[in-house]
Amino acid sequence: MSEPSTTIIPSTLQQIKALVATCLCAVALQSFLPVPAQAEDELRSVVVADPYLEMRTGPGRGYPIFHVVDRGESVQIVMQRTNWYLVRSERGKEGWVERAQMEKTLQPDGQQVSFAAANIEDFTNARWETGVLAGDFGGANIVSLYGSYSLNPNVAVEFWGSQILGNFSNGWMASFNVVHEAFPEWRVSPFFTLGAGAIYTKPKSTIIEGDDRTDQIGHVGAGFRVYAARRFLLRAEYKSYVVFTSRDENEEVEEWKVGFAFFF
Amino acid sequence: MESRFRVLFLIVAMISLSGCAATKNLFGFGNEEAPPPAAEEPGQVIDPEVARREIKEPAIDREDFEVGAYAGIMSIEDFGSNVSYGLRIAYHITEGFFMEASVGQTDGGLTSFEVLSGGARLITDSERTLTYYNLNVGYNILPGEVFFGEGRAYNTNLYLIAGLGSTTFAGDDRFTVNLGAGYRFLLTDSVALHLDFRDHLFDIDVLGEEKTAHNLEGHLGVTVFF
Repeated sequence: MSEPSTTIIPSTLQQIKALVATCLCAVALQSFLPVPAQAEDELRSVVVADPYLEMRTGPGRGYPIFHVVDRGESVQIVMQRTNWYLVRSERGKEGWVERAQMEKTLQPDGQQVSFAAANIEDFTNARWETGVLAGDFGGANIVSLYGSYSLNPNVAVEFWGSQILGNFSNGWMASFNVVHEAFPEWRVSPFFTLGAGAIYTKPKSTIIEGDDRTDQIGHVGAGFRVYAARRFLLRAEYKSYVVFTSRDENEEVEEWKVGFAFFF
Repeated sequence: MESRFRVLFLIVAMISLSGCAATKNLFGFGNEEAPPPAAEEPGQVIDPEVARREIKEPAIDREDFEVGAYAGIMSIEDFGSNVSYGLRIAYHITEGFFMEASVGQTDGGLTSFEVLSGGARLITDSERTLTYYNLNVGYNILPGEVFFGEGRAYNTNLYLIAGLGSTTFAGDDRFTVNLGAGYRFLLTDSVALHLDFRDHLFDIDVLGEEKTAHNLEGHLGVTVFF
């Protein structure tokens, strides 16, 4: 029984070696040879597979159709803006085509082309997210901007920058959060968050005598991410902050915010 | 006789049952009619050897961002009008919605009180510089096309825009709501001219009582999509 295995192993090794050598050769060749422009063009040109492809004068549903490309003709994709593609026909006409129509085109070799539209799956799986929220921070107005990076569908890390505009003091806050979503595939996805950061507070001199100060903060919170449409989501959250002041007592601040975000 | 009938009956039964696959194999009938294994007729079956290639989205130049600068006139309530200028960046999420962030600056003049009273000053000169930032949502409510002569057409958008931000003026940062409308005129598919009107609302108490000031701004700008 052991004999066949000893003969197989060298042959497998040789195969692997040959494969590795081929790969290396291919890589070396590719690095020496200029990347053929044709390959680039092929990736950007598609063949109309539907009876026709409608070209509009602008990237919107209301713009008129001014030209039609017949089945079998190819078009070059110049650029994309939101769900619209600017394409150039073989006859040199340029116009905007909706994503739904582009999905029915093929690669020059007949393979399907993917023009993936953002959907609820991307809401669950997208890596990056950014948004704007506003609300109430212990009686003051707060405006926040955040950026988020998902480590996996359940856990994301976020960086927040906020400006606090109150009657008695103004300030800035920066914090770093970890967010956990138990059910990221739900359209209304609840999350729990934990974070730390710093707050800079500047009392309004006309009302209160006091010095500017920077304090460390810690917070816990919970909220919802709600998938709206395409790349949009709505977000609402509550956070409870502890401000570690240099005074005898720590300050506790409650924050409520709502806003919107988009993922990409 | 009985045995002959029995044999005859059995033959009839065998023939009639030969339609059944089990009988066919059992008695050796209908071997020619039996469907051969799938592998012998590759023409009728999808070849599993062909891997289905998942084609990724082609490498297309996405131009969803719009960045630019503007200049115009901003009127600060009670402090007169002056030249304003700023920078803006927008991200187009759909053909209708976009997010925009902008920063701008202008200078406040003298209030009527300061002019009439002679030397009295309500705020210092450095406090007269107004700077703002805002984070907005816009919606292209009236997309359209305009024509210049016979041979030229340009795409346009009339949009509504509103958002939140902060204004630094008269020695304080002020929570500011802004709303307005704008007109985007696309010179090419990637370059646009803008004409915007905004109302920046914030609370101010420099002139005695606290009030919500309406600060109107009109500006012209250029943006580039990338």
